[in-house]
Amino acid sequence: MQPEFGQWFIFGLFTVFIIGGGIGTVTSSNLFHAALWLIISLFGVAGFFVLLAAPFLAAIQVLVYIGAIVVLIIFAIMLTRRLMGLREAPNSQWAYGLVGAIVTFAVLALGLVLASTGESPLLVSQPISEITGESIRDLGIALVDVNQYVLPFIVASLLLEAAMVGAIVIAREDE
Amino acid sequence: MLPLTAFLIVGALLFCIGMYAVLARRNAVAILMGIELMLNAVNINLVAFWRYLTPGTAATAQGLQVGMAGQSFAAFVFVVAAAEVAVGLALVISIYRNRRTVIAEDVDTLRY
Amino acid sequence: MAEFLINSGWNPNLAQIVASTLGAVVLASFGLVWVIFSIWLERKFAGRVQDRIGPNRTGPYGLFQTFADIGKLLTKEDITPKGADKHVYNFAPILAVAGIIAIFAVIPFNHAWVGADLNVGVLYFVAVGSLATLAILLAGWSSNNKYALLGAFRAIAALISYEVPMILSLAVPVLLAGSMSMQDIVKGQSIAYVFVVPVSALIFFVSQLAEVGRSPFDLIEAESEIIAGFNIEYSGMKFAMFYAGEFIHAFVICILTAVLFLGGWRGLGAGEPGYELFGFLMLMAKSVAVYAFVMLLRNTLPRIRIDHMMAFNWKFLVPLALVNLLVVTFLARPFVPDYAAAEALVAEGGLAGLVGTIFGAGFIAELPRAVVLLVANVILFIVATQLLHRYGEAQRSKLGVQAVPPMRATAMASD
Repeated sequence: MQPEFGQWFIFGLFTVFIIGGGIGTVTSSNLFHAALWLIISLFGVAGFFVLLAAPFLAAIQVLVYIGAIVVLIIFAIMLTRRLMGLREAPNSQWAYGLVGAIVTFAVLALGLVLASTGESPLLVSQPISEITGESIRDLGIALVDVNQYVLPFIVASLLLEAAMVGAIVIAREDE
Repeated sequence: MLPLTAFLIVGALLFCIGMYAVLARRNAVAILMGIELMLNAVNINLVAFWRYLTPGTAATAQGLQVGMAGQSFAAFVFVVAAAEVAVGLALVISIYRNRRTVIAEDVDTLRY
Repeated sequence: MAEFLINSGWNPNLAQIVASTLGAVVLASFGLVWVIFSIWLERKFAGRVQDRIGPNRTGPYGLFQTFADIGKLLTKEDITPKGADKHVYNFAPILAVAGIIAIFAVIPFNHAWVGADLNVGVLYFVAVGSLATLAILLAGWSSNNKYALLGAFRAIAALISYEVPMILSLAVPVLLAGSMSMQDIVKGQSIAYVFVVPVSALIFFVSQLAEVGRSPFDLIEAESEIIAGFNIEYSGMKFAMFYAGEFIHAFVICILTAVLFLGGWRGLGAGEPGYELFGFLMLMAKSVAVYAFVMLLRNTLPRIRIDHMMAFNWKFLVPLALVNLLVVTFLARPFVPDYAAAEALVAEGGLAGLVGTIFGAGFIAELPRAVVLLVANVILFIVATQLLHRYGEAQRSKLGVQAVPPMRATAMASD
C-alpha cells in the first residue's frame, strides 16, 4: 500500500463526509435529519483538522460543535415543532439560490485551479498529519502572549459572555 | 502528498452548500445550520493555510509573530459560532413563543 | 506487536494496520467482557446490601447469570415502534456503546500500554463522552414516544449542565501536570492528585456520576416518573446495548477517576519498566475500589429531585469548581515542581535522601505544592460546606421544619 494512496484515501473519505453531510443538511426536508447530516459534516471537518496537524482544534470541533451547538440546535428544533411530521419545502427563490451557489463555487474553483500552476505556493506539499513542534503549547502561548493574540482572546471571551447573557434574557419567559 | 488546493476546494464547496441553505431554506433553524456550514468552510481554509504556509511559532510577517495565526483565528471562529448559535436560537425560540412560527419569511413586521 | 510482524516478514504498512486493528479490538472487547463480570458483581453487591444472596443458581456463585440474561435478551422479539424513525432508532444504541468504548483508546494502563497517547487526551474523552449524550437524544426523539422524548430532554439538560463542573475540575489536573495527555498526567502524580486537590477530585467524581446517570442522579430513567426514560421503546438486544453502555460507562468513570486523581498505574513501584502487568493490576485495583464506592452509593442513596439536581449543579458545584480552579491557578504557579533539583537533593542524602529513596525524587519535588494546595483545598471545602449548612438552615427555617440529625432522632425515640 502506497502512503500516497493512503493519504488520498483518508482525504477522500473525510471529503465524502463533509460534502455528503453538507448536501444532506441543506436538502433533507425533515429538520431533525438535517441536524444529523450536519453532525456527519462536522465530523468530516474534525477529521480534516487531524489531517492538518491541529488535534486540539479537532477535539474542540467535536466538543463544541457536535457536543454543544448541534445539541442546542436539536433542542430548538424540538421546542419549536410538533413531533415528527411537518415537512419543509424550500422557499420560492430556491432556484436563484442554487444558481448563485453553483456560480460562486465555479468562480472560486476556477480561481484556485488557475492559480495553482507551476511554482504556486498552493501546490506546496506537506506530509499530512505530522505535528510540527508542540503545536498545542504554541497555540496556548499565542492566545495569551501580549505580542500575539491576548487582546482578541479577551474580547472573544467578553463577546461569548455577552452573547450568553443576551441569549438567556431573550429566551426567558416573562414573569 | 496532498496539495493545498485540495483542501481549499473542499472548503469552497462546503461554503457554497452552506450559502445555498441560507438562501433557499425557509426555517430559521435551517438557515442557522447553513451559517454553521459556512463557518466550518472558513475554518478549513484557515487551518489549511496555517498548516501549509506558516507552521510553527517561528514564522513572522512584517515583524509580527504569525506562527499560530491560522489556529488562533480558527479558535476565535469557534467562539463566534457558539455565540451566534446561542443568540440565534434564543431569537428563534422567542419568535416562536410570540408568533407561533419559525419560518423566516413570516417574520416581516418591520417591512410595513 | 507491529515489530514482531515486520520481523516475521510482513509488509511494514500492512503489519502496522493489522497491529493497530488488533489493538483496537482487544481494547474494545476488554470493556465488553468486563461488563459481563460487572453486571454479576453489581447484582451480587446489591443483593448483599439488601440482605439477599443475589444470583446463585447459574454456575458457581451465579457467575453465569449474565450469560443467561444475554440469552434471554437475544431471543426476545425485536420491536420497532410504528412511526419510529427507523435508521436513527437503530443507530442510537450503537452510538451509545461506541461512544463509551472509544474512551478506552486514551486510557493509560501502564507506562507502555495505551491505545493512543494523544496530546489532547483529556479533551478527547470529554468530546467522545458528549457522543453518548447525543445517543440519548437520538433514542428519545426517534422512538416517537412522549415519555421517551421527555426522558431524553431531562437527560440532556442534566448531562449538559454537569459537563460544566466536570470540565472545570478536569482543568486542575491538566494544570498541575502541565499537559493534556493522560499519560503525562499519570506521570506527574508522584503524589496522587486526590491528596493535592481533593475538592477537584470530589467535584469530578460527582459530576461524572451524574453523567452516567447513576443513583442518586438516576432521574434519567426514573421508573416512577417517566417509566424508563429515553429507552422505553427499546427491547431485546438494542435495550441490552444501552444497558451495557451504562455499565461500561460506570466503570469507565472509575478508571478515569483512578487515572486522573488516584495516580493511575503508579504506586508501590508498579508500572515501572519490567512491572507492566503489576501497573495494570494496580490501575484495576484502584478502579474497582472506586467502583465499589459507586455501587455503595447506588444501593444506599435515594433519588434526588430534578430541580434539586440542577440547583445543586449551578448554585454549588459550578461556583465551587470555578473558585477552586482560580485558587489552584494562583497557588500552583510559584511551586512548579523542579524535578532536577529534587534529584540533586536526594543524591545529597540526609533526610531528603531517605524520603527520596522511599517515595522517589518526584515526591520531594511535588511536596511543597501539594502541601500548599491541600491546605487551600481543605479551607475551601470547609467554607463551602459551612455556606451550604447556612443555606440549608435558612431553607428549613423558612419552611418551619426543625433540623434534627437522624442519629439524634432515633436516640430520642428510644428514650
